Amino acid sequence: MKKLLGLLLVIFLLVSSVAFGAETPKYGGTLIFGRGGDSVGLDPADVTDGESTRVTEMIFEGLVGFKGETTDIVPVLATSWKVSNDGKVWTFKLRKGVRFHDGTPFNAEAVKFSFDRQFDKNHPYYKYGKWEYAEFALEPLEKVEIVDDYTVRFILKYPFSPFLANLAMFSCAIVSPTAVKKYGADFFKNPVGTGPFKFVEWVPKDKIVLEANTDYWGGRPYLDKLIFRVIPDNSVRWLELQRGTIDAMDGINPDDIPAIKADPNITFYQVPALNICYLAMNVEKKPFDNVLVRRAINHAINKKAIVDAFYRGIGIVAKNPIPPNMMGYNDKVKDYEYNPEKAKQLLAKAGYPNGFETTLWTPPIPRVYIPQPTKVAEAIQADLAKVGIKAKIVTYDWGTYLQKTRNGEHEMAILGWGSDNGDPDNTIYVLLDKDNAKKGVASNIAFYKNDKLHDILIKAQQTTSIPARKRLYESAQVIIKEDAPWVTIAHTSAVAATRKYVKNFSIPAISAIKFTRVWLDK
Amino acid sequence: MYRYIIRRLLIMIPVMIGVSAVVFFLIRSIPGDPAQILLGEHSSEEALEKIRTQLGLDKPKIIQFFYFLYNMIKGDLGRSFLTNEIVSIEIYKHFPATLELTLCSMIFGSTVGLILGVTAATHRNSIIDYITTVISVAGISMPIFWLGLIAIIIFSIKFHILPISGRLDPTITFKAKTGLIILESLIRGDFTVFKDAIYHMILPAVCLGTIPLASIARMTRSSMLEVLNQDFIRTARAKGLPTRKVIYTHALRNALIPVVTVIGLQFGSLLGGAVLTETIFAWPGIGRLSVEAINARDYPVIQGCIIFFAFIFVFINLLVDIIYAFIDPRIRYE
Repeated sequence: MKKLLGLLLVIFLLVSSVAFGAETPKYGGTLIFGRGGDSVGLDPADVTDGESTRVTEMIFEGLVGFKGETTDIVPVLATSWKVSNDGKVWTFKLRKGVRFHDGTPFNAEAVKFSFDRQFDKNHPYYKYGKWEYAEFALEPLEKVEIVDDYTVRFILKYPFSPFLANLAMFSCAIVSPTAVKKYGADFFKNPVGTGPFKFVEWVPKDKIVLEANTDYWGGRPYLDKLIFRVIPDNSVRWLELQRGTIDAMDGINPDDIPAIKADPNITFYQVPALNICYLAMNVEKKPFDNVLVRRAINHAINKKAIVDAFYRGIGIVAKNPIPPNMMGYNDKVKDYEYNPEKAKQLLAKAGYPNGFETTLWTPPIPRVYIPQPTKVAEAIQADLAKVGIKAKIVTYDWGTYLQKTRNGEHEMAILGWGSDNGDPDNTIYVLLDKDNAKKGVASNIAFYKNDKLHDILIKAQQTTSIPARKRLYESAQVIIKEDAPWVTIAHTSAVAATRKYVKNFSIPAISAIKFTRVWLDK
Repeated sequence: MYRYIIRRLLIMIPVMIGVSAVVFFLIRSIPGDPAQILLGEHSSEEALEKIRTQLGLDKPKIIQFFYFLYNMIKGDLGRSFLTNEIVSIEIYKHFPATLELTLCSMIFGSTVGLILGVTAATHRNSIIDYITTVISVAGISMPIFWLGLIAIIIFSIKFHILPISGRLDPTITFKAKTGLIILESLIRGDFTVFKDAIYHMILPAVCLGTIPLASIARMTRSSMLEVLNQDFIRTARAKGLPTRKVIYTHALRNALIPVVTVIGLQFGSLLGGAVLTETIFAWPGIGRLSVEAINARDYPVIQGCIIFFAFIFVFINLLVDIIYAFIDPRIRYE
């Protein structure tokens, strides 16, 4: 018996050493990542699109970052930080011995430079960018002070807890002051940061080549080279992956997902993304000023059927404005169930027994949160017709659509949102608070105003305790569900696929895919 | 002749100014605010205002236009709203890819088209004639998107003979000053790059070449038929000249005028970028640049591209007119 056990143990050890031995990361190799569009620019503070940030996040780093697939904040170029009691002074200790790719030392000076150029109009390098995100990310910031070489202080105009999450965003990355001074307006194509990869070459609409930063403070990446290749057509990109001429890709046709999952040479990845697709009812227009009508519409729409038919495996039905993987998500909220009878009763109670005529606006182009906008609108139109509401579908070109909805010209409009920083404030406050319901510039396009909700959201901005903030957002979701300014339609996931030999690959919830620890088993 | 060319070149100036004015006001009358599109869902009032000011969109259109005209005369087309890149550099970076693709597909399309057209005309109502008709009808009506995908699936996936997409293997770094990879790698004697570039060129060039091929074949056929019935051909045959010589020297040369016109027109329009071909074959050309610019309402890039296209078109028309004189000595420009 003992002998048998001993033998089994030996076999087990052998098998496991083979199995896990293969998992020892290897250095070297080139990974080619196929994507649908080119980067717009490579200055992290002067871009807004995912195709740009996925590259800048490999070259640059911020003081803090997001941890893996969560929205938890972890130190990156800062080692620690503390907040003053009034919540207005944030002091960061910086990592020592870090250098930018051009040899410039990373220090408090570089941090101040990186922020000042974005929001100080008198800064000599302010004129070289549009700084699209500065209004959002640095809104509460009054100034940045250098305490010593490795300590900086951020002075805020008012206490604002989500500021830490803002600092983790791509636009708050630290840039090499030497390089910015050297390249001026052309820094966007000569990026220099502290990140795991160094910039090598950019052939517009074709490829961006990065190479490993062998002096990286966190240990050099496994890959020698990382190439982002633009292949605009989704089917062609998938063919490239099948043939093995690229190693990884995203932007997958929902129709191709079954084939990708079935392919033995391919690994498929799917992670819920932090977004929401919603139908906003303009409460300033009749009959949507009546909460009974809004609830009736919530009961009338068969969300599950819509998600099943038009999101094809990459969406889940949404019941709250924030997705389940975000801090403060309230799972106890009960959604309005699909029930046309109940919808009719509510409409009758509201004084519309025979329904009414209205308009339903839908985006002209697919967005991450709505792959097939017209089809979704048609399904909603059909559902509404069943309860007597005749909705005419309206659409405009994308820029005009956004302008007109901000102006409140719509009655019902479909729109969505992807979180910037993973904080619930960035979804609930932006999209549903009365502060953001000003005609012409509204991001709250339901024009929904509730003072009680406003108090909760402001309190949550000023509270630093995480459990307390969670409770506040949980109660906010209850109020929103009751008042029903929206029909929350869906949250989608991010999907990607790689060849089997690509190891340690994962899709983070909020930031770009990190290639630092990715290695090739071939 | 020289005076004619100079006169034609001078006429280009008012044409270009006219095109600029039309383009400038036309694209600004398309709905959609560039700042709004740039910021998407995430725009705030302050951010929109700031960006409109930075892009100069807050000034009256007429003032914007004179600014633009003044800068254009200085040779400055501005910087892209989207990427911040200088527009002439954007064009310089994207146009060579399109030029190379167009040249290759025109070489393919014209050669095959001419051969097919001549053969069809000389073998009228034969099986060859019917096949040519089928090929040209198919070439005109087949969606390039579909043709491209089918070609990729057959030649790249099934038989692994040709690469799927792109201009060059992504792991190869080749900095071509002119942007013309095939030509420059050949001159520099870098045959690895040359071979790879040729491999990458075959599928897109052949697929795109079907469009000019079809119209060239049809035009050659009908033009040849007309010429073949004329008296001087009968004379040539009666003199006892070999058929080959009658067809290729006497008939074809006289049938070429309308064919050259078609080639010129096709060449001009393909140089404007074949968006679908560029998309399917991940070809980093000017077609994709201009369409993406239109979607983003990137005014400087749209203006730059269209003015550039107009220039090319006018220029090619001039070239075609000059070629006429060489083909037909009776044509003289004074």
